[in-house]
Amino acid sequence: MSPALSFDRVAMTFPDGTEALQEVSFGVSAGEFTTVVGPSGCGKSTLLRIASGLTTASAGVVSVDRNQLGYVFQDATLLPWRTVQDNVELLAELHGLASGDRQRLANEAIDLVGLRGFEKHYPKSLSGGMRMRASLARSLTLKPAVFLFDEPFGAVDEITRERLNDELLRLFVHEGFAGLFITHSIYEAVFLSTRVLVMSARPGHIVGDFPVPFPYPRQPELRFAPEFAELTGAVSAALRGAHA
Amino acid sequence: MSTDVHQSPVILTGGAMAVPRSPGGRGMGQRDSTLLRFGGPIAVFAVFIGIWYLFAYVILAPQRRFLVPPPHKVISVAYLNWNNLHALLDGLLLSTRVSLTGLGIAIVIGMTMAVVMSQARWVEAATYPYAVALQTVPILALVPLIGFWFGFNFRSRVIVCVIIALFPIIANTLFGLKSVDKGHHDLFSLHGASRWTRLRKLQFPAALPSIVTGLRISAGLSVIGAIVGDFFFRQGEAGLGVLIYNYNSRIQSEQMYGAMILAMLLGLAMFWIFGFVGNRIIGSWHESAR
Repeated sequence: MSPALSFDRVAMTFPDGTEALQEVSFGVSAGEFTTVVGPSGCGKSTLLRIASGLTTASAGVVSVDRNQLGYVFQDATLLPWRTVQDNVELLAELHGLASGDRQRLANEAIDLVGLRGFEKHYPKSLSGGMRMRASLARSLTLKPAVFLFDEPFGAVDEITRERLNDELLRLFVHEGFAGLFITHSIYEAVFLSTRVLVMSARPGHIVGDFPVPFPYPRQPELRFAPEFAELTGAVSAALRGAHA
Repeated sequence: MSTDVHQSPVILTGGAMAVPRSPGGRGMGQRDSTLLRFGGPIAVFAVFIGIWYLFAYVILAPQRRFLVPPPHKVISVAYLNWNNLHALLDGLLLSTRVSLTGLGIAIVIGMTMAVVMSQARWVEAATYPYAVALQTVPILALVPLIGFWFGFNFRSRVIVCVIIALFPIIANTLFGLKSVDKGHHDLFSLHGASRWTRLRKLQFPAALPSIVTGLRISAGLSVIGAIVGDFFFRQGEAGLGVLIYNYNSRIQSEQMYGAMILAMLLGLAMFWIFGFVGNRIIGSWHESAR
């Protein structure tokens, strides 16, 4: 099966001369969840911006169907003047769907992320974790084939993060999209993914490639299994090497 | 979203969550907040009246008391004498009409200009300096000219009012339209939003709190504009400005103070009404709203 998203020798040099990415090549197929870990400022987010078309790569080829793309940002980017329901309907609205369809899709997505009962709330009255769920729900309405996650849980506390990780996995198993996730948490990376890529400090390039063998659905207890610790240890070692 | 990480959902069995307490009810009792809201202004008012009496009866010599007539004389001469009150109310009505019309026009022109400026950097670069210049031009020098060009009538009074009230609306609307979060812009870009969609669904709602701030400032300024225009025209129908000038030149201090107080109340009312309307518009979602 050809990958739903692929990078072929993608490189990025910004106009000011900063070299952000160097010869990055990999693909993500449907049903695969690939996570890129790397030090801050290594160009991880740039990779996602290139994948989505928000930034144009200076070299290399990205192939992906951009009409089938979901993008979850570092911030929830909810519109503060819209209720949860209206925020979740936003993308369907931008794509010109009829009101009835928008509502149906939003209702399904709100149920999927467990925000039922909060539809009429404004973002200011939600916690960080709940805002992130609303943001996820918003992306889910378009049923994307490829899902990009740019450190979505970086700003929530540890307990909320683990809980959101569990739920994201449930969504992944349920929806079967191709996922590309960016984080600097090794635990999060190994727990979520079918494959973990380690990126070096700038200019970013892939210096480690770890397949994750644990079957889905994954239980929260997996985080305390010896095999899990062994794999996170290996990724961590590669990451330390990447820093040097 | 990083502001309230400590308010992460309390997880109950079955995945239900407790909503974090919304800001606003900061544990202050109803009585305390009523006291704070009305008690403070009333106390300041009492002090103000006290100082006024102090000036009228203690500081000024009796023969100069006409400069600051005591409050009760202002009330009895300006407001309890029907003829005097009638003249004042007519002036108030005209000034209200001028300031509301001027403000309305300033809102339409100001917001349109801000929207156009927000759409292209070169338009902003080319026109913004003139918007600033409009604000800094000595309006007192312009007023007589406006009178000569357009006549000493309602229209000229409105023009003065528009010139004075315009800039805060342009500046605040433009600031609001341009201060949209970059992540939100990315979101709209990703989903192919047109310029018009972006303006309608993102920039304009995001700018509303700034627009409300601008409106509040301009609402007060529009009253000043109405009175300043009137004051210098001294012709045509008499608004509060003409009355203030006439009473002043005839040393009818009580009536002059009566007119000044009405002008002030008009400004307060405008400020309050637009603040109230603004809060109604953005109150449900904006952090600043009470």
